[in-house]
Amino acid sequence: MSFPWAKQYEPKHPLMRYLDEKLPMPRLVYNAIGSGYPVPRNLNYMWNFGVLAGFCLMLQIVTGVVLAMHYAANSQVAFATTEHIMRDVNWGWMLRYMHANGASAFFVVVYLHIFRGFFYSSYKAPREMVWLLGVVIFLLMMATAFMGYVLPWGQMSFWGAKVITGLFGAIPVVGEPIQIWLLGGYAPDNAALNRFFSLHFLLPFVIAAVVILHIWALHIPGSSNPTGVEVKSESDTIPFHPYYTAKDGFGLGVFLILYFAMVFFLPNYLGHPDNYIEANPISTPAHIVPEWYFWPFYAILRAFTADIFFGLIPAKLMGVLAMFSAILCWFFLPWLDKGPVRSGHYRPLFRKFFWFGLIPTMLVLFYCGGAPAEEPYVMLSQLATAYYFLHFLVILPIISSIEKPEPLPYSITEAVLGKDEAAQLGDSADTAK
Amino acid sequence: MIRIFGILAGLFFSLSVLWAFISGAIAVAPVLGEYGQFTEPMADKVFHEKHPPALHLQSDGPFGTWDLAQLQRGFQVYKEVCAACHSLKFVAFRDLEELGYDKGQVKTIAAGFQVPGVDPNTGEATTRPGMPTDYFPSPYPNEIAAKAANNNAVPPDLSLMAKARHGGPAYIHAILTGYGPEPEALKQQFPDFKVPSTGHYNKYFPSLAIAMPPPLTAEGQVSYAEGQPKPTIEQMSTDVSAFLEWTAEPKKVKRTQTGWPVLGFLLFATILAYLAKKQVWAALKPKKKHTA
Ligand code: HEC
Ligand code: HEM
Repeated sequence: MSFPWAKQYEPKHPLMRYLDEKLPMPRLVYNAIGSGYPVPRNLNYMWNFGVLAGFCLMLQIVTGVVLAMHYAANSQVAFATTEHIMRDVNWGWMLRYMHANGASAFFVVVYLHIFRGFFYSSYKAPREMVWLLGVVIFLLMMATAFMGYVLPWGQMSFWGAKVITGLFGAIPVVGEPIQIWLLGGYAPDNAALNRFFSLHFLLPFVIAAVVILHIWALHIPGSSNPTGVEVKSESDTIPFHPYYTAKDGFGLGVFLILYFAMVFFLPNYLGHPDNYIEANPISTPAHIVPEWYFWPFYAILRAFTADIFFGLIPAKLMGVLAMFSAILCWFFLPWLDKGPVRSGHYRPLFRKFFWFGLIPTMLVLFYCGGAPAEEPYVMLSQLATAYYFLHFLVILPIISSIEKPEPLPYSITEAVLGKDEAAQLGDSADTAK
Repeated sequence: MIRIFGILAGLFFSLSVLWAFISGAIAVAPVLGEYGQFTEPMADKVFHEKHPPALHLQSDGPFGTWDLAQLQRGFQVYKEVCAACHSLKFVAFRDLEELGYDKGQVKTIAAGFQVPGVDPNTGEATTRPGMPTDYFPSPYPNEIAAKAANNNAVPPDLSLMAKARHGGPAYIHAILTGYGPEPEALKQQFPDFKVPSTGHYNKYFPSLAIAMPPPLTAEGQVSYAEGQPKPTIEQMSTDVSAFLEWTAEPKKVKRTQTGWPVLGFLLFATILAYLAKKQVWAALKPKKKHTA
């Protein structure tokens, strides 16, 4: 599970020795995030975001559990209990703002974590399972966030729920029954609110379980690193503690400063004013927009404005298919991008498409998803959507077979220190198998 | 194999969205499908003043504090004018103590409002004078009554109004001062546009025609106490907007005032964390070889 040179846990205190015999929990921690876990010595700050994502998850669970003590999932009173939390519960306003902005912070962190994975091709063997579990986590996070946004029962809660569950209505034949079954009615109402609350409470714990699998799977090959060259010898690694605990501690500090600056000074900046109006099924808001972290996918959904094959696939169904495929295609990345080299630093063609293709495309999709369905946003999101699918499904497979990577360092040690004393002559740098 | 399927799926999605792009581009009026509609520019698109003029309040920004005198004046405007039509259902009379009223004053204010109650002898629904623990009631028994009294429009609850509109208090201030005759240019450019007889032209209201009659129409409509600014329409609108900023988030100033010590502590802790990190990592720096 770890490298042979990993330090061994040696409890000194008799109590710890006793515990190690009966329930080796300290040993587990020592081997997972302590001195017993050797990690590449050259990880940059992009490798902080996994730990930060874990922190966000815990933050959401802690604030969420306390909020749930004061909230009532009943469409008659949900909006009022939210205001009760804001006004009457001691520090309730802070809890609620922490939870709402915590969701946004979680997505910021996870988007950076995912794009780190794209750039360094962290999804490649031997870390496919880490990646697949990551995509599962991302899907669960989206479901959780969507249902959480419904709970305050404001106008955007209601209409967002209506639009998103309405997507199921696009499925031919079974769509409408499925939609009614999911909502427990024809439109979001008390039945829907209740089940959304129940699931919103449950799913974070499911996510926590999948996170454990994610980290378990990661600890088999160990972390990759900015060179993408696998660990070869002891001089390539340093123990997680104290090196990365210290680095993650500093990263956490920076994160908390930005996060609490939002919580205390701009708590509603990322929200929508309409959600301070109580849900009203007979008054449709002028622009229904989801939360910002859904914008890229919402833009893809809305980009499909024309029927395909002369009406065989209606535009709406096409949009729904594309929106889900936009995330599902990430599952296949380890097999679509076959190139032997991982890191974007040594992949000249890949790097160009990443910085000048994928990143601008995502920014355009972000922007257009939050904009009203008007020109020029529709046409822009159509072009960006076309590139999005080409990038993952066409460009990556092709460049990964034609690209000539730049020379890799022999080892992590060489990359860091300039030369690797242990470098064996004639041994070439290894790559993904 | 996966790559062949991938390429085919990728081409399928890209080509179908490009097809939508092309059919949108060649059609004279772009087809926006389910999610939008293409329309001729409408009067409200052209003449609606999307950005209300800036309104500066003492509670603005990270160092804001409540201007209690202004909030009291704003409350007075609400009580004497707006309360005729609008409730404040999330604000309790007792909350007014935060504006500097003492317990006795709050009791008197509360008693001035009739709230729904039950007749202790017959059990029938009736009204009774308010108590400090009651919330600002709606002047109407129900929504139908509210509509009947306001040309079929319901005056919304104002508790959260300052958070429920883009622009917040600046928007409220703009609505209160944005009434006026329809501009000539509007009539010429859109001869079909008409403010309904039950509405009032207001350039800050999204549809340009608001059902609320201008509530503040004359200087001195509310008489402020000695030593307070002159109750011009501008002054009264500003004061009531400031008051509604408070009702929307009574904890706002506490929030920003809590923020500073928290950020200060975090900054300190982060600097320490940075120094700790540097010190720990220093052990890894390659040692300079001594060249004698
Ligand atoms: C005669 C009754 C009446 C009075 C008095 C009144 N309003 Fe209104 N108000 C209404 C009605 C009716 C609406 C709904 C307008 C519509 O939807 O077109 C409304 C709507 C509003 C809105 C919401 C506009 C929007 O964007 O939807 C605000 C803000 C508002 N009033 C503020 C005030 C303030 C502040 C006062 C006191 C200075 C006040 N009103 C006095 C009847 C009144
Ligand atoms: C709750 C959400 C998540 C948590 C708590 C989490 C946690 C972690 C942690 C602690 C690490 C090791 C540190 C690091 O490399 O940053 C890691 C690595 C990784 N994660 Fe996640 N993760 C989450 C979501 C995701 C998602 C959504 C994806 C992708 C879709 C993903 C893909 C990866 C990959 C590929 C690695 C290995 C990176 C490498 O070694 O190069 N993770 N994760």
